[in-house]
Amino acid sequence: MKNHYQFAPLNIGRWLTWGLFALVLAVAPLMFGSGLAMTVLSQMGIAIIACLSYNMLLGQGGMLSFGHAVYTGLGSFLAIHALNSVASGSLPLPVSLVPLVGGLAGVGFAVLFGYVTTRKSGTTFAMITLGLGELVFALSLMIPEFFGGEGGVSGNRVTGSARLGITFGPQIQVYYLIAAYTFVAVGAMFAFTRTPLGRMLNAVRDNPERVEFVGYDTQKVRYIAFIIAGFFAGISGGLAALNFEIVTAEVVGAARSGAYLLFTFLGGATFFFGPIIGAILMVLAFVLLSEFTKAWLLYLGLIFLFMVMYAPGGIASLIMMNLRVAMYGKLRQLWVSYLALAVTALVLLLGAGAMIEMVYHLQLNTTLGSKLQFLGVPLDAKSVNSWFGAALVMLTGLGLFEVTRRQFLHEWGEIQEYIEKEIKRREAM
Amino acid sequence: MSGYALELKDLRKSFGKTEIIRGVNLAVTAGERVGIIGPNGAGKSTLFNLISGRFAPTSGEVLLNGQRIDGKKPFEINRAGLSRSFQITNIFPKLSVFENLRCGVLWSLGYKYTFLKFLADLDDANERAEELMQMIKLDKKRDVLAINLTYAEQRALEIGITIAGGANVILLDEPTAGMSRSETSRFISLIKEVTTGKTLLTVEHDMGVVFGLADKIAVVVYGEVLAFDVPEAVRANPRVQEAYLGSAVADSQAGGH
Repeated sequence: MKNHYQFAPLNIGRWLTWGLFALVLAVAPLMFGSGLAMTVLSQMGIAIIACLSYNMLLGQGGMLSFGHAVYTGLGSFLAIHALNSVASGSLPLPVSLVPLVGGLAGVGFAVLFGYVTTRKSGTTFAMITLGLGELVFALSLMIPEFFGGEGGVSGNRVTGSARLGITFGPQIQVYYLIAAYTFVAVGAMFAFTRTPLGRMLNAVRDNPERVEFVGYDTQKVRYIAFIIAGFFAGISGGLAALNFEIVTAEVVGAARSGAYLLFTFLGGATFFFGPIIGAILMVLAFVLLSEFTKAWLLYLGLIFLFMVMYAPGGIASLIMMNLRVAMYGKLRQLWVSYLALAVTALVLLLGAGAMIEMVYHLQLNTTLGSKLQFLGVPLDAKSVNSWFGAALVMLTGLGLFEVTRRQFLHEWGEIQEYIEKEIKRREAM
Repeated sequence: MSGYALELKDLRKSFGKTEIIRGVNLAVTAGERVGIIGPNGAGKSTLFNLISGRFAPTSGEVLLNGQRIDGKKPFEINRAGLSRSFQITNIFPKLSVFENLRCGVLWSLGYKYTFLKFLADLDDANERAEELMQMIKLDKKRDVLAINLTYAEQRALEIGITIAGGANVILLDEPTAGMSRSETSRFISLIKEVTTGKTLLTVEHDMGVVFGLADKIAVVVYGEVLAFDVPEAVRANPRVQEAYLGSAVADSQAGGH
């Protein structure tokens, strides 16, 4: 009986996966040495923990929370206050453990607020989290003693006695602290999915009524999971406080909560690793895309819209579906279609992008005249030719994209059919 | 101690001004198999919902092994040793067959809400889930998601989840609903097999099924128990024939099924 569920060969894969993850965390800063890269990498670690903790609610528990930033944000505030207490000598705590203060704050607030929110599920749960998020944000502006008002609360992470020569002054030292926390937190959150509570949380997501009839209190399952998610959210917030050395009220705001939801969904809530992809994209979008274009939020909205419509499982499910196709040796048949899809989508995006940039240029840069450069192409936002050209490119792209998309769907359907048949055939053997 | 596995005392339930269950008294001895029959809308499913805690009764008592369970929550009643299935298949669609069954056994083995142990290390839970999977003959579908099973397989899984926790009193709400004749007869022998030694209450429309499965039959009409006796006596009961059974009994006596 027992060898049914002990996956000896799979364990090697697991060692490999986690070893690779540790290796990536360790060598990433060596490959991208610039200051910007270090900032981006540090933020990625923080975002990964936050998005994974959010997915404990969304993906694993079916809890659509609109207020997860409450737990990361309050974790940040408690951590920065703890850091300042360390600096003033009233709290004997090494700086490397300050993120844990954030984690404990996350637990505390999740115990408090979760008691209210997790009594309900579905839409009611979502609404209560939204309300609580607004409440905490309003409070943050009303209590400047704790939240620091408009300027926020700042701190200095180079404090206390340096251990082993680590002062946390240079960004690379902070990065490695974040990397260590990220590795442990990701490992712990993955382990959670393999425990009785983790599994019952999935069961509550799928069919809460049935759970009640196998002896479990669904509210309690949700509540405990919510507290655990709050812990990791708080850790993420604590790391952010150390990383930025300043915490402002926006970290508990609805925009932040929305970003967690959006990017967790974009990465893929149905797979454990989905939110990791989402978190990486979140940081890239916030740091790089926002530098690249003023219209970045609009592009983000468009991407989100397309994902919800065409790939509701997120990027992770796209990867997994293609892996399945590859396992049955059919991926080669698709690469031409993929190339066509990519090229036509690019044409579509170029046309749409040119128009969006022209609109933004007209609205925001009126003093600079109507001329602008879009990817090296000179455009005139007040000339009919530029608009006509951009529209033509966009419509051509749209038309070709739709044609290739239909062709692709047809091929995809055939391959899926083949795989289903193949599975049935292997089952019957 | 009353000595009964399950006892209902003057159980009543109203929805608004309409009384659906109108004073039901029923005493089921441990190990008995009871079939509950009655016309549509007689209150059979409501009765199950009252016993299992889905609804709270308006008045009256429900006793499980002599302990009052009326007004308690479903999970408390389940922990006390009563488990039920549903008329509309009620499983965990996105979990595998094995995971479905393991979810059913976890509480009864005392694992509660723990998140400090790995599922893979819970030998007793895993062995029990494997056993159940063989009992309901789904061991070949171990890792198939429940949503991808055939209807009959899903019904079997529903029974598997229901008996997984080792409850002594089992309520099955139309276990064979929507099945073909041949599937039904196979399924009935499966139910008999997996509920051996347990107290069983079944709501069933198919007369052949009821008379083949039950030691005793309760006839529910308009929220009241019209008769509660061994099948032969129920068949012979003129009030039952008049109120509900009629030709169905005659069919069954002719050895139709």
